[in-house]
Order: sequence, then C-alpha cells, then structure tokens
Amino acid sequence: MQALLTVNGVVKQFPGVRALDGVDLEVTAGEVHCLLGQNGAGKSTLIKVLSGAHRADAGEIRWQGEPVAFGTPIAALRAGLATIYQELDLVDGLSVAENIFLGHEPATLGFTRRGATNDAARTLLTRLGHPDIRPTREVGTLSAAGKQVVSMARALSHDAKLIVMDEPSAVLDSGEVENLFRVIRQLTADGVAVVYISHRLDEIRVIGDRVTVLKDGRTVAVGLPARTTPTAEVVRLMTGRSVEYAFPRAAAGAHDGAEILRVDALTRRGEFTDVSFTVHSGEIVGLAGLVGSGRSEIVETVYGARKPSAGTVTVDGRRLRPGSVRSAIRAGLGLAPEERKSQGLLLYEPVYRNISVSSLRRFARGGWVLPGRELAAAVEVAERLDVRPADPRRPVRTLSGGNQQKVVLARWLLRDCRLLILDEPTRGVDVGARTELYRVVRSLADRGVGVLLVSSEIPEVLGLADRVLVVSDGRIVHSGPTSEIDEPGVLDLVMEGAVA
Amino acid sequence: MTEARPVEVPPADERGRVEQAASATVQSRLRGRFAEVRNLGLVGVLVVLAIVGIATTDGQFLTRSNILNILVSASIIGVVTVGMTFVIIGGGIDLSVGALVALASVWATTLATQSYGAFVMVICALLVGMGAGLVNGVLIAYGRLVPFIVTLAMLVSARGLAQSLSDRRTQLVTVPAINDIATTDVLGIPLLVYIFAAVIVIGWLVLNRSTFGRRTFAVGGNPEAARLAGIDIRRHTALLYVVSGLCCGIAAVMIMARTTTGSSTHGDLYELDAIAAVIIGGTLLTGGRGTLIGSILGVLVFTTITNLFVLNNLPTEVQNIAKGLIIVAAVLLQRRGRTAAVP
Repeated sequence: MQALLTVNGVVKQFPGVRALDGVDLEVTAGEVHCLLGQNGAGKSTLIKVLSGAHRADAGEIRWQGEPVAFGTPIAALRAGLATIYQELDLVDGLSVAENIFLGHEPATLGFTRRGATNDAARTLLTRLGHPDIRPTREVGTLSAAGKQVVSMARALSHDAKLIVMDEPSAVLDSGEVENLFRVIRQLTADGVAVVYISHRLDEIRVIGDRVTVLKDGRTVAVGLPARTTPTAEVVRLMTGRSVEYAFPRAAAGAHDGAEILRVDALTRRGEFTDVSFTVHSGEIVGLAGLVGSGRSEIVETVYGARKPSAGTVTVDGRRLRPGSVRSAIRAGLGLAPEERKSQGLLLYEPVYRNISVSSLRRFARGGWVLPGRELAAAVEVAERLDVRPADPRRPVRTLSGGNQQKVVLARWLLRDCRLLILDEPTRGVDVGARTELYRVVRSLADRGVGVLLVSSEIPEVLGLADRVLVVSDGRIVHSGPTSEIDEPGVLDLVMEGAVA
Repeated sequence: MTEARPVEVPPADERGRVEQAASATVQSRLRGRFAEVRNLGLVGVLVVLAIVGIATTDGQFLTRSNILNILVSASIIGVVTVGMTFVIIGGGIDLSVGALVALASVWATTLATQSYGAFVMVICALLVGMGAGLVNGVLIAYGRLVPFIVTLAMLVSARGLAQSLSDRRTQLVTVPAINDIATTDVLGIPLLVYIFAAVIVIGWLVLNRSTFGRRTFAVGGNPEAARLAGIDIRRHTALLYVVSGLCCGIAAVMIMARTTTGSSTHGDLYELDAIAAVIIGGTLLTGGRGTLIGSILGVLVFTTITNLFVLNNLPTEVQNIAKGLIIVAAVLLQRRGRTAAVP
C-alpha cells in the first residue's frame, strides 16, 4: 500500500539549534500514527515543517507519492494536510459554522450564504458524531472538547486526508477523551489518517496503530506497533533510560510536621461548596477530580486569585484576606498555575527575571534593584533545579515545557515559600522531565514545604501525594492517605459524583 | 525572608551541560547584538539625515547653534515621550499627553498662580499633570476601562478645561525666573537640554534598575502572570499614568519658559509624535518590551527631519508625509530584525 505521507531525512536548522536532524516518518491512509518524544525532541518543529509553517533545510517530504514543499499553511491545507494545534485557532466571537468555513465560506459575489454554510457545517458535525453541536452557536460558549470537534470539522471542510493533532487530550477529561477517540475512529474509518501526539502512553495503546519515536531531533524508531510494543521499550527509546515514572518516597518521619494550611468551609457559589482540609509541613496533598469538578477553582481561591463567597483560609494560624493574592504570598503561599504560559510566565523576559519577579524587594534597596545579587540568586536556584539550558539570560519562551515549569518552581523556591500549590504541574511535560519534577517536588516537601497538588492524572496524584482529596461536583467526596485507595477506587468516586 | 534552602536534584550530565551553557552564551550574545542593531538602525537613520543636512544646507546644519536648536526642540516632546514609553511598555496608551501639557501650562500661568511666584508655578504644573494622570490611572486600573477611551476622554476634557480657564487667551508669563529657564545656558548648553538629559537618565534608571521598572515590563508583558506572582497590577497601572502626567507637567514648565506663555493650544498633537517616537524606537505597542533609548532616538529622528525641512524652506505638508513614511519604514525594518533574531 502506498504511503500517504513519507518524510525522509528532514533537517531543520535554527540559529544555534539543530531542531531536526534527520527525521523519518511514514503515514498510511486510515491509520492513527502516534508521534512520541520528549519536549525538545523536535515534535513541534516537525509538525510545523509538515504544515508549511517552516521550510525544511534538507530531506524529502512526499505527499501521496509526489515530492512537495508546502510554502505556507494554506498550501498544506489545500493539499489535504490539516493541523490542529494545542491552542485552538478558533475565533470565539463567530458561530460554529462560520469558524468551520473561515476563509473559504460558501459565498455568492462576496456575500456569504448562511443557510448553505450552516447545512454544510451540520453535515460535517454529524459525520464526526456530533449532531448535538448547533452550527449557529457561538464558539466561545463551547467547552474545550466542543472546540476541538469544531477544529476537526474545519479540517474536514478542507477535505483533509491527514490531520495532525498536537496533544488533543491535554485539555480534556477522561469522558471527553473517550469521545475524542470515537471521533478519531470515525475519521480513520473514512480513510483519513491521523498523526496523534500525546504524552500519555495509555492513550496511545488505545487509539494508536503505529508509533514513531523522536529523540534529540532524530527518529529512533519508525512505525512500531502501538498496542504490542512494551511500555518500557517506548520509554527507553524516548529517554535512553528504561524506567517509567519513578515516584520518590517521602523521607522517614518527614510529614508529621506542623499544620501550615487550614481551609475551612470554603465556598464559591456555583463552583464548589463547603470545602475543608489541611496541609501539614512536609506533606503532599493531592486533589483528584475531573476537569470542571472545581479543583482548580478551589486552589485558586485558596491562593486568593478568586474571592470566596464563604469560608476561611488560614496559614500558620493567621487568616488570609479573602481574594488577595498578595496576602497569600506574604503568608508564604506560591502557585504554579495551570496555564503556564498565560498565567505563569513573562514570556519575553529572561529566565532570571521570571525567577526573581516575586522576590524583587529582596534584591532592592530603596526601590533600586541590585542586578548582580538578583542574577546570582536566580542562577543558584535555577541550578539547583537543573533548569536547561543553563543560560539565565535566555528568554523563557525558548525553554521546553518541563524547564518552564521548573522556572516557575524556582520563583517560589527563591521566595522560600511555605506552601506550594501545583496546578497540573506536568501538563505538556515529557516522561523524562516528569520523573525529575516529581523528585524536585518531593525533595521540597522533605525540606518542610507543604504541597497542594492538583492533577487530572490519577496515578500521578496517588504516586506523588501522601494524602488524596477526591473532588467531585465541587465537593470533597473522599479524603484519606493515598496508601488506602487505588486508581479504580478514585476513578469510581470521581465518576459517581459526576453522574449524580 | 531567610536564605533559601538547598534542594537535592538528580545529578546532571556535566559535560552536556557545559556545552549547552557555552552555546547558550554565544546565542544570548548574538541576541544582544540584534537588540543593539535595532537601536543602531535608528542611529544610522540619524547619520543619513545628518549627511543629507550637510549636503543640502550649505554649512548651516552642522553648526553648534543648529545642533543645540535640534536638541532644544527635541527636549519638550522628548520629556513627554519618556512618560509615554513607561505607559506603553506597561501595556497601556496615553492619548491625553498633549492636552495635559496645555492644561498644566494654563493652570500654572493664571494671574492667581503667577502671583505666588516661580516655585509655586512649577509645583502647580507638576501637580496638575500628576493629578490628571492619576484620574486616568484610577479610571483605567480600578474602573477597568480601556486606556484608549479614558485618555481620549481626558484629551478632550483637559483641553476644554484649559480653554475655559484661559478664556481661550494666551497667558503671558510675567515671572522672570520661569522665562530664565529657557534663556539660561550652562557651559554653553541651554538649561532645557539639561532638563531633558536629566529626565532621560532618571527615566532610564527607573525603567531598568528599579523594582518599579521591572514590574512595568511584567505588567505589560503578562498582566495575569504578574498578578499571580504577587504584583499589585492595578496600583502599578495607575502609577504609570501618574508618571506620564508628571512628564507632561515638566514639559509644560519647559514650554512656558520657551514660549513665555501658557496656552490651551500648547502641546497640540504631542500624543501622536510621542507614540510615533516610542514605536519607531522599537517598543511593542502591546506592551512588555521596549527601550527608552530607542524612544529618545525616535524623537531625535523626528526633530532632525523637521529641522532639515525648515533649513531647506520646505513646506510642512511635505514634512508630515516624510514623517509618515519614516514611521512605516522603521517598523518594517524592526520586523525584519526581530524575525532574524528569534530562532
């Protein structure tokens, strides 16, 4: 069978970085081809080369047997190669149908034919198994999962033969992922090929047909069978190591420390109700729950980024001013937010300024920053967390996801914070860097820092935390040591509450 | 805060790390060069303008008095531009600067104010500028209104207030000490140029060496991240407009001295000149990135063009067309420099 897309020895050089250094890939019609690799392995660059956003410096790309070089994303789209990025490029203010046909609206003399557009959109959405999404609905009112479906419909509206999906499951909860898989199966049944990028190996087992693994800009394995290749083998190819997630154990006697955080009957109308828990020094407390269960809202309210309608937050015996981030930070709280780029980082700023931003006063006399001391202190914490590359003046946007997360952690480490709130700390972070992050978090706890961890990945919560709080529908439905509950147990509680 | 405590981390591959660090240093040095090139580009434009000046003006351009003339003309709009740079890097815009200069100059030159003497006049101009800036800032930061709208409203109403205070008449400055500001030379250089230089130096230090300046970049670059990092973004935003207002107050004193009048027509279209200078100086209009030096070079480019046109007796219409072309050309050049610099 002829391959739909063949990539041979593609090289892409950026000033100072060889992002792709001989990549091979072969995708046949109707398959789900998984692309695996650590952050910085070159996945994003490869996608951009395929979609026409970048031009390859060397190597060959064959599309349906013909050598091609897509100069622009539109050229790739016209040829039938569509890309769905993590940050969906939809226009929130337009309707579903208008988004699907954006740029190629059915029109007469420049006037769009709304009826025809809506009908065509309905057909595409039905084909994707989502006749429930109204074509006239405003896209901004849809959930992340709904927007993804719209993006796929847009790809289909261009008669896409290959759809590249960059971590489509990252913004979805488990029910929505099931739905995504259903849609993907629908597509492949019609002969559309899907290149699926994900950090979750379990997903690849379920949906993938074949796997290509990238490492350091090179292909290290082409077209492995997705279902039968042992996990250890895949992880070894990606990392050069043969371990999966190693969750570090707590040092003996580390978490019988004093109580740091006490949350009492915290309520925010419409989001969560009567939430009470404590975090002790040296303890990692995990919040497990689906997206939309209220877990992120809870921790953001604890941090003061949202104002509670009732209840109190107490740190070291002192009550925090409700809805004041500054009061929380002064009391020793730190947050690594869910959306790293939009909530956590000053992307234009260099690494060291991102680290020092919350403790500038420490490096200032009378409002004047002493740059030498600031840089030295930032470099010291960055080194302790092994932020790479080890150049503190590099703009933070050029770092990989895992290293950006470390920069955020370094910020609070520098401030000597008492309680660290981690909201989805490993989202978009690759397997190798995850293990390292887990170790960093555990070592912080062993030094007496309290950690409040939010994650949609249940194994992560169970592996890393000492105690788990299960959140469902804005309430804590279970609280206890992680040793007393297993993954199916948590999943049960989570799903039960969501159904009820 | 006590010293941060050490954290154990997995051992790193030392060799790889050293190599990475070395290549990273080279890269950041290259990036630094590119940033300089952007400003150098404007220096290049200045040099070209100077060559044109020397070629076309029969020796009038490169004289001491003409150079000083350029600097003096640049000084007033230059001071306004320093404040504008802060506001734009902080993610805002201030359309009211010209009107604030007019209002401050009128308020400080009413018969009542003048009767208290030069010191009170200066303080009055500064307070009027800062007060109006505070109104801008509070409405934007705490009233959550769009900067464009708030400062547009301030532009209209401040000029209206200036007109009603002065009855649309030009108010003569009768206090000699104020007029002396424009006529005094120190070491052969007019005092106005010293004021301009002082505002630049202080502005540069505050922007690059103070916590206020750092937070300005943070607030402009990513307000949500700045808030979650513990910066009081509302107070900071409000203060940015006070800084801009203060610069307008200083500029008002300078214009009073230079023209020996206070008038509701002072500072006409300063907002456009200042914004244009900031933008061709390489500051992002969306905030978070920019340099003060670039803005100052932008001001000098515009002032030199005006000077060349005056020396060559060319009409102002042509001059405005040239300014417009330069704005577009400068922004195009920067775009190319930026894409080349970013991997």
